[in-house]
Amino acid sequence: MELDLPLVWALLIATAVFLYVVLDGFDLGLGILFPTARSGTERDVMMNSVAPVWDGNETWLVLGGGGLYAVFPLAYAILMPALYAPIVAMLLGLVFRGVVFEFRFKASEERRWIWDIAFFLGSLTAALAQGIILGAIVQGIEVEGRAYAGGWLDWLTPFSLMTGVAVVIGYALLGATWLVWKCEGPMQDHFRHKAMMLMFAMLVVIGIVSLWTPALDPAIAARWFEVPQIFYTAPVPLMVLGLAVVLFRSLSGTRDVVPFLASLGLFLVTFAGLGISLYPNIVPPTITIWDAAAPDSSLAFLLAGAAVLIPMILAYSGYAYWIFRGKVRPGDGYH
Amino acid sequence: MDFSAVDLARFQFAFTVSFHIIFPSFTIGLASFLMVLEGLWLASGRDVYLRLFKYWMKIFAVAFGMGVVSGIVMTYQFGTNWSVFSDKTGPVLGPLMGYEVLSAFFLEAGFLGIMLFGLTRVGPRLHFAATVMVAFGTALSGFWILSVNSWMQTPAGYSINEVGQFVPENWFEIVFNPSFPYRFVHMMLAAYLTTAFVVGAVGAWHLLKDRTSDAARVMFSMAMWMAALVTPLQIFAGDMHGLNTLEHQPAKIAAMEGHFEAENGAPLILFGIPDMAAGETRYKVEIPKLGSLILTHTLDGRVPGLNDFPPEDRPNATIVFFSFRVMVGIGFAMLGIGLMSLYLRARGRLYDAPLFHKLALAMGPTGFIAVLAGWITTEVGRQPFTVYGLLRTTDSISPVDAPAVATSLLVFIVVYFIVFGIGTMYLLRAMAAPPDSGNGPADMEPVRAAGVTPAPAYRDPHTPKPAE
Ligand code: HDD
Ligand code: HEM
Ligand code: HEM
Repeated sequence: MELDLPLVWALLIATAVFLYVVLDGFDLGLGILFPTARSGTERDVMMNSVAPVWDGNETWLVLGGGGLYAVFPLAYAILMPALYAPIVAMLLGLVFRGVVFEFRFKASEERRWIWDIAFFLGSLTAALAQGIILGAIVQGIEVEGRAYAGGWLDWLTPFSLMTGVAVVIGYALLGATWLVWKCEGPMQDHFRHKAMMLMFAMLVVIGIVSLWTPALDPAIAARWFEVPQIFYTAPVPLMVLGLAVVLFRSLSGTRDVVPFLASLGLFLVTFAGLGISLYPNIVPPTITIWDAAAPDSSLAFLLAGAAVLIPMILAYSGYAYWIFRGKVRPGDGYH
Repeated sequence: MDFSAVDLARFQFAFTVSFHIIFPSFTIGLASFLMVLEGLWLASGRDVYLRLFKYWMKIFAVAFGMGVVSGIVMTYQFGTNWSVFSDKTGPVLGPLMGYEVLSAFFLEAGFLGIMLFGLTRVGPRLHFAATVMVAFGTALSGFWILSVNSWMQTPAGYSINEVGQFVPENWFEIVFNPSFPYRFVHMMLAAYLTTAFVVGAVGAWHLLKDRTSDAARVMFSMAMWMAALVTPLQIFAGDMHGLNTLEHQPAKIAAMEGHFEAENGAPLILFGIPDMAAGETRYKVEIPKLGSLILTHTLDGRVPGLNDFPPEDRPNATIVFFSFRVMVGIGFAMLGIGLMSLYLRARGRLYDAPLFHKLALAMGPTGFIAVLAGWITTEVGRQPFTVYGLLRTTDSISPVDAPAVATSLLVFIVVYFIVFGIGTMYLLRAMAAPPDSGNGPADMEPVRAAGVTPAPAYRDPHTPKPAE
């Protein structure tokens, strides 16, 4: 059988984007939660809990963008101009929050607050922009020939703002549950409490976005609500509910890893739901993954490397997490 | 004045990539320097290497962070501003950038954490392995991105499909396209030189303050060896690079040389002001025949002139002519420093020459200037094409309105100057801190059992004996 290379690559890019969303999601979430920390020491701990790994987390975003350019150049060429403003905002947000990892510890004590604010605003902007980008893609993009045909503010709609807020809340939940895992004592209790509140907020926004998305497009609605498709799609909301129960119980108790895993689960399920709504389009509503794909020779050339390198990346990135396992305590870090 | 979206997009790209390149030029070299320092420490057990390692690692971390965030901007900028270019070149260039991410960026990022935070967690040997990986990753990313850039200069191994995309025919020819080996070697050496001159300037600064500081001596000496040995190689590599450009991009060479008329036995124009409108170079100061000698290695070889090319295919000679001279001028200045250091070293006065130390201090930032000047030569010389001879810059642009580009350009300028300005301040502050303070020998691991090690192994061989 011939391998359907565009499909394989669509799955790989989706995996890269998903890994990006959850990995950078929790460290952007820390930034969003920064103002809720109760002391400079707590902020140090938050930052040191991700400082050794944030660069690796963010590299998945580079793979997402670079990969899109390589294997779906048409999609890249249409999406980037269409999403110009939110992409630029995201990049600038990432600039701020990326440099803070080093700058914050180089600044004098009195000036540190400046970088605390930069970390918060940078993370918030990046998360919001990513959510808006997501919403703008889901709601559809105007294309003519091989180019974007809309204006430079088309991405801005109530729906995309809603998805923006949803992603901010989701990332904050990931960040809070990460801290439940990596901290101890009063700090852990504090973020356990925050995680609980965020969980309820997250369920509300998942509900809103899930009902709103099918309303945008009858074709999407058909996938979710018509027989027989509904038998394949029904597990999605059921799994969301199941995970919410697990999350609730683990946050009420004393478990410290389970809340993070359950939040990851929530992201995975909603991500899959998104896939159901969009497949096989990469630029909804008109361009499919096969329309946008580069020739097979390009896809095969990069796939050969990816098949070897991605497992290696997962192995040594996992190793880096393993080395820095365990609770983070005040005073960790090399500064 | 009214700018078109193309002008604004060009300026935005040039601005952001120029900021980006400053950091890799430094971190590629610094990563290798750190690797050497840690290796020397492991091999010799001398505490001064560990102190230097820790000192430069802090600087590396800041510069690397800035390199990463400015690089992420670049990945997306191809699409936001040059979407037609992206659609057309994606099948050929995309996979090369994909390999860069998979093989180089992940490697750097994955081991960076261990390198910065892990010494006490993994022990010196594994830690050294992480440092090696980071250094290797930075060089590898240079490999891929320069392959990409070189393909845009000298495209090879492709064909064009029915929708106008470049599609791959031969991957080997694409990756190792005609200008790539030259550009890669020249850029890597540039990164090493840039770093060497920064390290040398920092060493000189601390020697000026305290001539006995062993850390300052070691770094100054290492930097001066690099200057003395690598600069001649760089000049040779640059010459070879120029010959390659003559073969593949003659219009660029004509612009660099400031020649409007093709000539046999062309002079070397040392100085002048190329006037694009009039089609001549004014106020020329020239050396007869030397131009042909350098470019063709014969006295009366033919050197191309800009008038050989239709006006719409000519790069802007005024910019290219000057940027090229800035780079070459700095190259020879670096050579001068290298030679002086050899002379002083032979006389045993390397650490005892305040005037020379001041000179080395002044040379500190010149690597960056040369790198930028070199890239401006390369990129402006490629104009008016993005893919040389095949795809015009004006046909590469995104369908984005000028106001959107102008706004984002403005924001980029403000943010970059603030963020990278402050970052540079932190870097300079870290470099001003003396390398001897803080972590004293207490930090040193007992590498060898006492008694086995001959005493001199712990003494700095560069330290003059008290009798001297
Ligand atoms: C420390 C940095 C540095 C120094 C001292 C030099 N260069 Fe350079 N040069 C670069 C850093 C650089 C660079 C930034 O790495 C460039 C830009 C693109 C490239 O491939 O290398 C470059 C480009 C570049 C080009 C343009 C090639 C093209 O685009 O077609 C030529 C012909 C030379 N160089 C030649 C020289 C010569 C003859 C030098 C002798 C003095 C020299 N360079 C010193
Ligand atoms: C990092 C060092 C680099 C510097 C300082 C640099 C500098 C510049 C400058 C000054 C321009 C504007 C030229 C003009 O419009 O006249 C430009 C354009 C451009 N460069 Fe580079 N460049 C660098 C590396 C690269 C690399 C590695 C690539 C490709 C992978 C690249 C691709 C482009 C593209 C696509 C443009 C826009 C179109 C154009 O105006 O030519 N550059 N660059
Ligand atoms: C326009 C072209 C370029 C693009 C799109 C680009 C892209 C990127 C990206 C995305 C990163 C961050 C990687 C991470 O997350 O770890 C990065 C960093 C880096 N880039 Fe570039 N880059 C370009 C030009 C260059 C050039 C010309 C060089 C050197 C020859 C270079 C060398 C590096 C290195 C060594 C790093 C690691 C970070 C650092 O050392 O500061 N890049 N680049």
